[in-house]
Order: sequence, then structure tokens, then C-alpha cells
Amino acid sequence: MELIWDIVISALLVIGGIFGFVGSLGLVKLPDPMTRLHAPTKAATLGVGSILIASMIWFAVKQDHLSLHELMVTVFIFLTAPVTAHFISKANIFRDWPADKLPRPAGEGEWAVHQADADTSKGELSVEQEGEAAQQD
Amino acid sequence: MITYALIFAIACYSAALLFNLFRVIKAPGVTDRVLALDTMAINAIAMIVLFGIYEGTALFFEASILYAMTGFVATVAFAKFILRGDIIE
Repeated sequence: MELIWDIVISALLVIGGIFGFVGSLGLVKLPDPMTRLHAPTKAATLGVGSILIASMIWFAVKQDHLSLHELMVTVFIFLTAPVTAHFISKANIFRDWPADKLPRPAGEGEWAVHQADADTSKGELSVEQEGEAAQQD
Repeated sequence: MITYALIFAIACYSAALLFNLFRVIKAPGVTDRVLALDTMAINAIAMIVLFGIYEGTALFFEASILYAMTGFVATVAFAKFILRGDIIE
């Protein structure tokens, strides 16, 4: 039984290490800013997730107390990684993409990043978010 | 077996942190620097947890939680500053 847990923990550690490495390698290797945004936000989150699960199993098996701190960190990273990716991609659109090179957003109005005085309280927010979702797909 | 896997994972994350440092120092645009700093914070969390397993103590989880929170807030503040020229409008 001990051996099975050892194998599981080792496999999770190796998978996590490889994913973290590939994510940061993509940050260096990939050609343009949007693809560079893609690599670390997905791969590094998965890598850190499996490292944290390995740590949780290790403490449960080797020290006989189940610690749920890691689960908290995992949930926090899984919640915050998409938010930071969204913010960085918005900043990237604002800096590098002029308004006439972007596809038109659905409905009326411009992209929120090119609308300096956008009043998002008037129901424009939902329309613009749909446009951005289509862009990110 | 776990020791070898741990050393492998620590080596992987060390190389990842070096890549991130390279991208922070030498980047084509400012958003790449912000992204590299964000990835660096996430990789540092993994390093802290791995070091906790290596030492066999549960002391380092609070540090990793704090690192996750400050990393998130810092990235959002940087991106917001690039986007609007101000953090809290």
C-alpha cells in the first residue's frame, strides 16, 4: 500500500514539474504576446495544481494528518489565474491592437478598452463581454 | 523514489524561474513583463510547497497562501495601471 502511494506522489510531482517547465518555456519560446499569454496561464496552473495535490497526499500518508491548506491554495489559484489572464490580455489589446485591426464587437459600441469613458452600468458590459469571449475563442 | 521525483520537480521549477527571470529582464513589451512576474509568483508558490515536502514540515503553507494573494493583487494592479493609467478610479 505504501508503494502505491509512493508511486502516485512521485507521478504527480513529475507531472507537475514537467507542466511548470513547459509553461515557462512557452513564455520564452512562443512568437507573439497573445500566444505567450496562453502558455503559462494554463500549463503553470495545472503544474502547481498537481504539485499541491501531491503535497496533500504526502502529508496525509506520511504524517497521518489530512491538511486542507493545499486545497485552499489550489482553489485560490484556479479562481485567480483566469482573472489575471483576462486583465493582461485586455492591457495587451489596449497597447498593441488599434481599433480598426480588431473584429467588430457584437451589438453597438466599441471595444471597452478603446472607449475611455465607457459607462459599464448601462448594460453595455454584457455586450462587450460577449465580443471578448468570441475574440478569445 | 519520492526524493528523486522531488529533486526532478525542484530542478524543473528552478529552470522555469530562470526562464521567467529572463523574460522579465528582456521582453518585447510591458505586458510580457507583467505576465512573466505573474508566472514567477505561481512558480514560487510551487517552489515553496516543494520545499515544504522536502523539509517535511507544514510550516510553509501560510507563506504560499500569502504569496498567492499578493501575486494576484500585484498582477491585477499592474494590468489596471497599464490599461487606465490609474489603479483605483
